[in-house]
Amino acid sequence: MSRYMILIYEDEASYATATPEVMGEIYQEHDRFSAGVEQLGAKILGGEALEPTPTATSVRGGDVTDGPFVETKEALGGYYVIDAPDLDTALAVARTVPARFGGVEVRPVMVFD
Amino acid sequence: MTADPDADAVAAAVADAHRREWAFVLAATVRVTRDLDVAEECVQEAFAAALTEWRTAGVPARPGAWLTTVARRRALNVLRHSGVERRHLPLLVEEEVAPDPRDDGAHGYPDDRLRLVVTCCHPALDRPAQVALTLRLLCGLTTAEVARAFLVSEPTMAARLTRAKKKIAVARIPYRVPPPAELPARVDAVLAVVHLLFTTGHTVPAGEELVRRDLVERALQLCRMLRGLLPGDPAVAGLLALLLLTDARRDTRTADDGRLLLLEEQDRARWDGAAIAEGVALVREALRARPPSRYALQAAIAAVHAEAPTWADTDWREIVALYGVLTSVWPSPVVALNRAVAVGFASGPAAGLAALDALAAEPQLAGYGYLPAARADLLRRLGRVAEAREAYGEALLLTGNAVERDFLARRLAELD
Repeated sequence: MSRYMILIYEDEASYATATPEVMGEIYQEHDRFSAGVEQLGAKILGGEALEPTPTATSVRGGDVTDGPFVETKEALGGYYVIDAPDLDTALAVARTVPARFGGVEVRPVMVFD
Repeated sequence: MTADPDADAVAAAVADAHRREWAFVLAATVRVTRDLDVAEECVQEAFAAALTEWRTAGVPARPGAWLTTVARRRALNVLRHSGVERRHLPLLVEEEVAPDPRDDGAHGYPDDRLRLVVTCCHPALDRPAQVALTLRLLCGLTTAEVARAFLVSEPTMAARLTRAKKKIAVARIPYRVPPPAELPARVDAVLAVVHLLFTTGHTVPAGEELVRRDLVERALQLCRMLRGLLPGDPAVAGLLALLLLTDARRDTRTADDGRLLLLEEQDRARWDGAAIAEGVALVREALRARPPSRYALQAAIAAVHAEAPTWADTDWREIVALYGVLTSVWPSPVVALNRAVAVGFASGPAAGLAALDALAAEPQLAGYGYLPAARADLLRRLGRVAEAREAYGEALLLTGNAVERDFLARRLAELD
């Protein structure tokens, strides 16, 4: 098994203006997603949702700046870490990650021997 | 065994085996090494060994089996002795199932070529990486040859190949044939790579030559290999038909002085009748799929041309109808452009121009030289000389192939 991080990039403005009903749907979608991962032959090891980028603080060298490291329309808003036997399985999981206002990126986690 | 063959005959036999067997030998060796670089080295060494050993022992009856045995033996040695040091990437992910009894292979080894080609064309790799890997690993071209095929420097191509192989290993793109439900989409990517190779060779985007025979031959060879691996796949049949029917005209596309000859001017008696017959039979088979693949429909259009005894006999209504179906399975502004050209012959240049002008705002066609070239021809036939002149000028600015540029310049001069 290998570890992959699935990074969720979405349009923050769409979240800001989403109705409580839409937010409720999204939470349910994440629950359904989590419940379905094992059927795809993978396992969720962890995951978090992040507060939006206006709350971010960046540090480069000694300088502290207000805001995310890179300003993008679709910002990193959360992630899952999964265990999967190969990229095809990881991509099958990634396809089921709820991300209606954007998409996800799959990255293998580095292995140190 | 051939007794005491001379060096030339051996070199020719090795070159022939390289062309026919490289993919089989490499795919079977990757199964042992689970590392593409180590497998490539071992296969190269096996071919080098053949050059000397076949001189003394004779050319084996089954060169592919000989090469596979030698390459796999070397691979096992590498793994036993220096495997850890020589391997800098993680092992490829393989499927842990018993080998399919159907893939007995002609050489006593399982035929892993389908795994190799779907791995090279995995959707997680971008198209240039897919093409480079396919030429390198399936066709056995050297990095320098792959670089030359795509007009990039050798270091650039080497970096592209290294990056792609590293991604396969590190991201764990599995070395296996996907389950049946996923296979058509994966084969589609393979076909797109083969088609791109063919079209790049058929009309070289930039350069002096109209055709790059080597690329066309490689594409045909890959497509025949796929046809052998997936005999029931209608999209594969469709692409092979398209390549054969298009390539059947190869010898008539330029005059003796190198001048471009249009379909209208080509000597149809010199079209390759065997290729046309094979292509037409494949089209019939490919069109049975519902819906037919884009390649089957493109091949059907090529077949209408191939079967018309003269230019004047071309069934343009049939061609327009086929383009209509093609647009529904594969909506593309380029298809719409070709349809407009066909309309220009079926219903006259005014109708063709109307269809073409509807595409003027297509962002995908901005900078596409065939759009102003088609427009110029329709305007010329309508006698609208000033506008035609302008369109030829625009087409010339957007055309990089010397033979095509010469054609456009001649047409422009004829307007005066």
